[in-house]
Amino acid sequence: MATEIQATKTMRKIMADHFFELDRAAKDGRPRIAWCTSVGPAELLRGMGFLVYFPENHGAMLGATRMAASCIPRANSVGYSPDICSYLTSDIGAYLMRTTPLQKAYQIEAVPRPDVLVFNTNQCRDVKDWFAWYAREFKVPLIGVHSYHNIGEITDFELRDIAKQIEGLIPTLEEVSGEKFDVDRFRDAVRLSRETSQLWRACLEAAAAIPSPWSFFDATIHMGPAVVARGTQEAVDYYRILLAELQQRIQNQVAAVEGERHRLYWEGMPIWGKLRSLSELFASLKTSVVASTYCNSWIFDQLDPAEPFESMARAYTELFIVRDEAYKERYIENCHDLFRFDGIIFHDAKTCPNNTNNRYGMPARLAKKLGIPAITINGDLSDLRCYSEEQARTQIEAFIEQLEGR
Amino acid sequence: MIYVGVDVGSSNTKVVLLEEDGKLLGSAIRRSGTDFSAAAELCLGDALRAACLERESCEMRTVSTGYGRRNVAFSDGDRTEISCHARGCFHFFPQAATIIDIGGQDNKVIQLDYAGRRTGFKMNRKCAAGTGAFLEEMALRLDIPLGELNGLAQQSTEVVELGSYCTVFTATEVLEKIRQGRKVPDIVKGLFLSVVKRVLEMDSMGERVVITGGVIAFNPYLATMLEEIIERPVLVPPYPQLTGAWGAALLASEL
Ligand code: SF4
Repeated sequence: MATEIQATKTMRKIMADHFFELDRAAKDGRPRIAWCTSVGPAELLRGMGFLVYFPENHGAMLGATRMAASCIPRANSVGYSPDICSYLTSDIGAYLMRTTPLQKAYQIEAVPRPDVLVFNTNQCRDVKDWFAWYAREFKVPLIGVHSYHNIGEITDFELRDIAKQIEGLIPTLEEVSGEKFDVDRFRDAVRLSRETSQLWRACLEAAAAIPSPWSFFDATIHMGPAVVARGTQEAVDYYRILLAELQQRIQNQVAAVEGERHRLYWEGMPIWGKLRSLSELFASLKTSVVASTYCNSWIFDQLDPAEPFESMARAYTELFIVRDEAYKERYIENCHDLFRFDGIIFHDAKTCPNNTNNRYGMPARLAKKLGIPAITINGDLSDLRCYSEEQARTQIEAFIEQLEGR
Repeated sequence: MIYVGVDVGSSNTKVVLLEEDGKLLGSAIRRSGTDFSAAAELCLGDALRAACLERESCEMRTVSTGYGRRNVAFSDGDRTEISCHARGCFHFFPQAATIIDIGGQDNKVIQLDYAGRRTGFKMNRKCAAGTGAFLEEMALRLDIPLGELNGLAQQSTEVVELGSYCTVFTATEVLEKIRQGRKVPDIVKGLFLSVVKRVLEMDSMGERVVITGGVIAFNPYLATMLEEIIERPVLVPPYPQLTGAWGAALLASEL
C-alpha cells in the first residue's frame, strides 16, 4: 500500500468549510454568491466580496459519487442531448431531482442559490448554456466573457478585448453586491490567486521526481482548493503544506506507486466515477500516471496584481484548452521533457470534445515526435454509459505489456 | 512439460496444448457461456482428451488470455489477447506485420516490428460495428444460418454497398434493400464489405497483413475481399480461431 498523503485531512476541511460558508451565505442572503465557471474570472468576484461557487466542481462530485448516472437522463428528458457536457446534464438533472452529493457529504440540503452567474467561454460554450438555464430558473443576471478559441500566438488585440470584457462585468457585479468596486481588494485577490497557482505548479512539478511522490489520481483530489479557493489565503496556506509534504516524500523516496516501472501522461478529462479503480489498476501494473493536462489547467502564472485586468486576460487566454493544435503538441512535448513519461493515454471523453485531443491525429503525431507510444481510451468525465471498464482495462494492460516489451 | 494456452473469448473458449518443442498436441473450442471458469476447465478437458492425455499425469504450465483471462483457476499467468495474438501470429509469420483480429465482440489491429515487438495497437470503440456480433445479428435478421454467410457472399455478382456504421441502422438499411428486391448474396457481400471497411478505418496497414480470429476461420472470403482492396496478399495462420490460445501457450513456455 502506498503511504497516504497527510495533507488530505486539511484539504478535506478546506473543501467542507467552502461549502458550509456558501450554505450559510445562501441562507443569510449575505455575502452575495456568484457562480463561476472553473476557469472564469474568480479573482474579480472574490475581489468584489462575493463567495464563489463552481458548478463544475459539483459536476465532478456528481461524477465521482456516480450520482450522474441517474441525474443525466433527467436533463435529457427536458431536452438536453446526451451528447453534450455531462457536467451540465448531470448538474441540471440533479437540480431537477432536488438532489446533490452535498447532502451526504456535508448534510447540506441544496446547492447555494446564486445572486449572479458569471462565465468565461474560454473552455467551451456549454458553460454559458448551462448557466443560462439557471439564470432562467433563478431569475438572476447572467454575465460573462466571450473568449477566442484555437489561438496560436496570443495577440494584444485579443488581450485588450478580454481585459475590457472582464472590466465590463463590474457594473452588474456592483449592482448585485451593493458594494463599490475597490481596486486594492481586487489586486489582493489576484495576488493570492497567483500565489496559489505558483504553489500548485510546484506541487504538480514535484511529480517529475523518480519515483514520483504522487500521481495524477492524487492530484485530481488535491486540486480542489486550487479550483474553488484560488484567491484566498487558505488556498495559499494549504499548498504550502502540501508542497512541503511532497518535497519530504521525494527526499524519503516515498513513491505514489511502489516499485514504479513506468510513467505515463494522462491527456484529457478524468473519468471521475472510475478514479479509484483506474488508480488501483495502474498501481498493480507498477505504473505511475505522473502528469496530466487536466491538473495543469489551474496554473495561472501570468496573474499580476500590478495589472489585474490585463494579467487576468492573459492568464485565462494562455490556457491549454483555448489554444491551437500546434501549441497543444508543443505543450505536451515540454511536459515530456520535464516529467520523462514513457507513454501517453488520451481519454476521448464522449461529451467533452473541448477537453478531448485525440480526434485530429495528435496521438500519432506525438508518438512519432517523442518516440513513445500513445493509446486512446474511450470514456467520459461523468457519463459512465460511455465507458467500458473491461475494454479500457484490456487496453491499459496491453499498453503496459507493450512498454514491457520495449 | 506441456504448455497450455487458454483463450476465454466473449463467444468461445479455446485451448491449445503444445509440446516442449512447440508441436501441437491437441486443441479444443467450446462456447464460453456464462461461467467462464467452468468453460475453461471443460475446454481443457476436451483438449486433453483430443491429445489422449490424462490431466493427472501431465505437468502443465498455463497462460490465460481473452475476456475471461482472470477466471481461469489453473492459470499460471495472464496476458491480454493483444499480446497473445501478436505472439501467435509472429510464430507463424516471423516478420514485421499488421495483424488484424476480428473477434466476437471486438476487433484489434496490432502492429509488430521485425523482431515481433509490438509498436502499437488499436481496439475498436465500444460498438459492434465490424465484429462477429454484427454478422451474427445480420444473419439472424436475414434468417440465414451463420455457416452459410461465406458461401453466399462468394456467389455475389453485384455487391450492395451499405452506408451506415451502426448495427441497428444497417439492419434497417438491409430491410430496405430486401424490399428493393436486391439479391441475398449481394447483400451478404455488402455486409462483409462493411466489416472490411470498419477494420481498415482502424489503422493503416503495413506491407504484410495477417488476419486471425474466429470470424475469419468461418468466413475466409473476408480475407479475399480484404486482399482485393489493399492490393497485397493477406496471410491467414493455420487455425486462425486458435491463434490467441496458441500465442498464450507460447508465452507459457517463456514464463
Ligand atoms: S470543458 Fe467540457 S467538461 Fe468542462 S464544462 Fe465544457 S464541455 Fe463540460
